[in-house]
Amino acid sequence: MTMSNTSNNGSSAGWPLWEVFVRSSRGLSHVHAGSLHAPDAEMAVRNARDLYTRRNEGVSLWVVRSEDILTSDPDAKDAMFESPKGKDYRHATYYTKSEGVKHL
Amino acid sequence: MSAPSGQTTDHSLDSFGDATASATRVTPGNALRPEDIALQDTAPATEAIAQYALRLGDDALIYSQRMAHWVSRAPELEEDIALGNITLDQLGHARSFLTYAGKKWDKTEDDLAYWREEEEFTSVHLVEQPNGDFAETIVRALFLGIYQHMVYTRLLESSDGTLSAIAAKALKEVDYHLEHAELWTLRLGSGTEESARRMRRALEKLWPYVDELFQDEPLYDELEGIAPRPSTLREEWTARLTDILGRAELSVPEVPFAMAYGRRGEHSEHLGYILAEMQVLARKHPGATW
Repeated sequence: MTMSNTSNNGSSAGWPLWEVFVRSSRGLSHVHAGSLHAPDAEMAVRNARDLYTRRNEGVSLWVVRSEDILTSDPDAKDAMFESPKGKDYRHATYYTKSEGVKHL
Repeated sequence: MSAPSGQTTDHSLDSFGDATASATRVTPGNALRPEDIALQDTAPATEAIAQYALRLGDDALIYSQRMAHWVSRAPELEEDIALGNITLDQLGHARSFLTYAGKKWDKTEDDLAYWREEEEFTSVHLVEQPNGDFAETIVRALFLGIYQHMVYTRLLESSDGTLSAIAAKALKEVDYHLEHAELWTLRLGSGTEESARRMRRALEKLWPYVDELFQDEPLYDELEGIAPRPSTLREEWTARLTDILGRAELSVPEVPFAMAYGRRGEHSEHLGYILAEMQVLARKHPGATW
């Protein structure tokens, strides 16, 4: 969706798409909850409040234009995510405690 | 207005510290409900307090009934839900105020909503005006939003504990309603030529009903320390409205005020139709629950 059709006849085809992230309580991360249409960022937050926190689901909201999100290429999954497999030395549990080390 | 029976609310649910909490987790939360007010021992101490609660309840009820007509008709799905939310919030405020008022007369919220006649309703003319186009709905929401925000803020200081508790709960929601109206006023006023024209027309159409909001009645002589005199709200209301309209490139219209006496039961032709639709089911099937 491009900026050029944000000012058309007023149907939601003209309102850009936004992704909504909700943080359900203090100490947790924002989690993707869904998406919605809104004319601008401020209205997107208001709409997100109405659509995604109706039942007390959240204490904080983020919205971001869907077109501003760059995603990893699903076809490049192997190149992106295969490499760490089998590399146990990247995990703390791989290492044994050295002799004489206290308080670890 | 009765809630479905058998519904229980567990206030002990709390997602704090739950690492598995999802973004769509549902909790009931904790808030003052009309059901709680119905169970309280305290009825309004005087007839004047009950009459005052009735006025606030009637404004919210008729406004809510009017706004309900937007459901499924709003210009956008997201806006449909926003308007529906506001409608239901207002219905909730109406239920609380009417429940409290009714305790003085041994009546329930349903008795007051469904079994009073037109001349017994004390709502202002502003809330019974037709929804009109989206601009009219937003202008009315702006007028009423500033007003309710000010009234409920002043009620926080009320010596009547129930009124201030209902106001405290309602204020958080009205805060949102007002912001919704303000955001749209800014966008429509400074939007296209057409949206600005419609906003100017809506202001002219609804301005006549502003005066009634600030009329004092003898009732207020008996509400010292309990409720604000409407006339004392006028200056700040006008200042807040003028500020918002100024930022939206709009201005207060020069239109004479209407003679409106909703507080003493004299209504425009609109209220009869609103009540007919609102009351028909309860009157056709008395005592029915759903």
